[in-house]
Amino acid sequence: MSALQLAFVIPLLGAFGIALADRQPNLRESVTLVTAVLLFGTVLQLLDPVLAGERPELTLFELLPGLSIAFKVEPLGMLFGLIASGLWIVNSVYSIGYMRGNKEQHQTRFYVCFALSLVSALAIAFAGNLLTLFLFYEVLTLMTYPLVTHAGTDKARAGGRTYLAILMGTSILFLLPAVIYVWHVAGTTDFTAGGILPDDMEGGAVSVLLALFMFGIGKAALMPFHRWLPAAMVAPTPVSALLHAVAVVKAGVFSVVKIVVYVFGLDILAGVTDWLVALSGFTIVAASIVALSADNLKRRLAYSTVSQLSYVILAAALLAPLSIIGAALHIATHAFAKITLFFTAGAIYTAAHKTEVSQLNGIGRRMPWTMAAFTIGALSLIGIPPAAGFVSKWFILGSAAEGGHYLAVAVLVGSTLLNAAYFLPIVHAAFFKPLSAEDAHHPHGEAPWPMLLALLTTAAGTLALFFFSAPLLRLVQPLVSA
Amino acid sequence: MSIAAHLPALQVVLPLLSAPLAVLLRHGGLAFAIVTAGAWAAFAAAVGLWLQAGELGVVSYHIGSWAPPWGIEYRVDRLASFVLLLVSGTAAVVLPYSRASIEREIPREQHYLYYAMFGLCLAGLLGITITGDAFNIFVFLEISSLSTYVLIALGRDRRALAASYRYLIMGTIGATFIVIGIGFLYLMTGTLNLADMAERLRAVESSRPALAALAFLTVGISLKLALFPLHQWLPNAYTHAPSAVTAFLAATATKVSVYVLIRFWFSVFGETLVFHNLPLPQIMLLLSLAAMFAASFIAIFQDNLKRLFAYSSVGQIGYITLGLHFDSVAGLTASIVHLFNHGVTKAAIFLLIGGIVAASAATTAQGAVSPRLTFDRLAGLAKRMPLTCFGIVVAGLSLIGVPGTAGFISKWTLIVAALEKEQYWLVGAILLSSLLAVAYVWRFVEVAYFKPAPKASGRQEAPPGLLIPAWLLVLATIWFGLDTSFTIGTAAEAAQQLVRVGK
Repeated sequence: MSALQLAFVIPLLGAFGIALADRQPNLRESVTLVTAVLLFGTVLQLLDPVLAGERPELTLFELLPGLSIAFKVEPLGMLFGLIASGLWIVNSVYSIGYMRGNKEQHQTRFYVCFALSLVSALAIAFAGNLLTLFLFYEVLTLMTYPLVTHAGTDKARAGGRTYLAILMGTSILFLLPAVIYVWHVAGTTDFTAGGILPDDMEGGAVSVLLALFMFGIGKAALMPFHRWLPAAMVAPTPVSALLHAVAVVKAGVFSVVKIVVYVFGLDILAGVTDWLVALSGFTIVAASIVALSADNLKRRLAYSTVSQLSYVILAAALLAPLSIIGAALHIATHAFAKITLFFTAGAIYTAAHKTEVSQLNGIGRRMPWTMAAFTIGALSLIGIPPAAGFVSKWFILGSAAEGGHYLAVAVLVGSTLLNAAYFLPIVHAAFFKPLSAEDAHHPHGEAPWPMLLALLTTAAGTLALFFFSAPLLRLVQPLVSA
Repeated sequence: MSIAAHLPALQVVLPLLSAPLAVLLRHGGLAFAIVTAGAWAAFAAAVGLWLQAGELGVVSYHIGSWAPPWGIEYRVDRLASFVLLLVSGTAAVVLPYSRASIEREIPREQHYLYYAMFGLCLAGLLGITITGDAFNIFVFLEISSLSTYVLIALGRDRRALAASYRYLIMGTIGATFIVIGIGFLYLMTGTLNLADMAERLRAVESSRPALAALAFLTVGISLKLALFPLHQWLPNAYTHAPSAVTAFLAATATKVSVYVLIRFWFSVFGETLVFHNLPLPQIMLLLSLAAMFAASFIAIFQDNLKRLFAYSSVGQIGYITLGLHFDSVAGLTASIVHLFNHGVTKAAIFLLIGGIVAASAATTAQGAVSPRLTFDRLAGLAKRMPLTCFGIVVAGLSLIGVPGTAGFISKWTLIVAALEKEQYWLVGAILLSSLLAVAYVWRFVEVAYFKPAPKASGRQEAPPGLLIPAWLLVLATIWFGLDTSFTIGTAAEAAQQLVRVGK
């Protein structure tokens, strides 16, 4: 079996094994961990061939005449696949601490759905054509739905309803016709460097198609279709961390970049993306302002995600080689920073049972490691060295300035300030404000060690990506040079 | 001559013979065995005919060796072979299911009647599909309709009687319209053989009687296929009929009526008359859209699970007729594919619902009226019947048209047909209406998975005799969503054949 086949078979078998080990939690969690490690190892095996210029392919079967379910690994997908599978290991460690620490119910269902979500995310990453991407895009929505509604309460159900209505609604109403339309005019949906649309396509049609794609990919949370993301925060924190900071939302912006580069091609889009620059800019600023006013920590993080996702869309809409590289890098850097932040939010909830920003005074003294990791994640999102976010932001900002997109430059600068405004007060309060009198009587320490281990790992990763960004650059370089 | 040469006759005769035998035996078990054997034989014959039609294009069989147009011809083209497979295949799955299902829904002394009527209904539906003779169509239509009325009325629920009576009235009006239409055609052409009729009709196609025939036939058949707003008989009939009957009818009866409409429109009257000289496509477009939106919308607000999916059927029929109005190979392909895919999907859903009926009937006293499946009784059902509920969700995804299910394939082909005609607004309409399907399917999901069960009760899954056939169809729903070489392949060939002949 090729590594590409194994990348799907391993997590599928893993899901099956998890279901079988229903009544033995230790065995079940071991299966999850072993699966995650094996999967990452397998995905890693694909890295060298891809760096060497190969494009491993796998065709499963023909879904419709001339349209196959097919996979093809290219640099962008490789990057997304590595992030998703790599962070799954860390997240699994974290989940064990969280799910046990909070005595959550239906843990088997949780781990099975998680594994299946990972399969879908990888299938999106490695999709060789639009149809395959669309298929697994929908599967990912369905697989994460039970995770979002995990608690089974009325609030979870309402959140699940919003989640499904927006993601399913936009994908059926806009993404599906866009996919079919591409097939109708191009006769293929295969991702090809330089795009597949006919050169003589009218500007109006290109604009409409671009709009259909951008609004159809609800997972990228472009306003006004962003509300599913805060609604999804009713899920247990490991779900918010890996799926709603990494796999699901990254599947969204990944699809955006992939479609811009491999379906449209940068040339055909010249001149029709101005509205997208403006709209993603608006999303960045507006979501940051909402985040500023949110007291619930997870809600603040969710709106920060909405804002950060639009960095990627903005970068893609700038259509410059440098900005595309910035977009790809930002997928990676934001993933590490945001998962760290969610991990800390979950750690605070587990150890101190706190969910609101206003309750965090002095918590840095009780949970120094956690809050240190939080600080690193926050620095990365603001874009301050030595955190990874600086690198991707640098690329995006640089290409915006170079191309004379002053609106984009203004948005990026403004958003940096807003990011600082909603993150730094938390850091300040945690370390420098005194504990409230009530808290002083309820001693608690750090969260269980698996959670701490996980969040320190990703925080370290956030720093490492800054110092060792060269391999990452080497991976995504062919995106624009080919 | 070998058996292979007589497959067209055997296709109808075997199930037809099984019915009187079942009555003569007067024993539920024996009747079950013989009718099931008949249905399986019919399925085998249908597979054989599908292969033959694939090789030859058209299989023509002369009953009693009387050559057409004097004798009755059985004529299996690609479309007929496809519908034969759907009808006999559904029967082959539903009959084994019936054994455990009617145990709880029909008084024991009437079981042999159920099987006899099932055999007759099956023979009638197969006969309509296979025959190449206009009057024969009417005869088989009556055979299948009359047996259907009985099958619906067999339910213990007394409302089944009213539903059956209502269907009887509406169905008879439809049949009358059809026979008047056929009468006019006979008057103008002097023949009953469809192929012959098509040729002779060319000369008189714009005469008043020919146009009247088209009008009568279209309205009559539309009644039988439950085209909105002629669908009023359907929700009650589906809701109150025994579960196995609902499943069989939902997958076959309306689909065979669609087949008859296609047959008359494309093979007899021809495209020019139907689509270019008359405003029929516009009418069909309007009614299809009305079905897709109004019926799906009504479905959302139903409180009874069976009724919800019955209205969903009316909505889904809208997609099938929508495909017809395009007057293109792509549109016709979409119609034919959806006819098949929706048949499989809906059969799966109604079989699973039958499992719920059986499980909840078991908890009440034996012999009681089978429970109405209102939503408040379904609260927390997923805990008690996880496999059944999951099956309904999967089939429900197919109704929505989620990729990976058969419904997605239907939707894709339909949208491609709309794009081909550059009717972009229609693409939007098709997609918007599938959001209504999300709404009604998710009503079930939320009640079954999130509402707490009224009292703590353990697992109470449907018996395997009900679960296995139902899940077979659920898996088929997924299979036909992934491998379309059979469905789209056959449908595209059928569409090409029809359009070529119609030119």
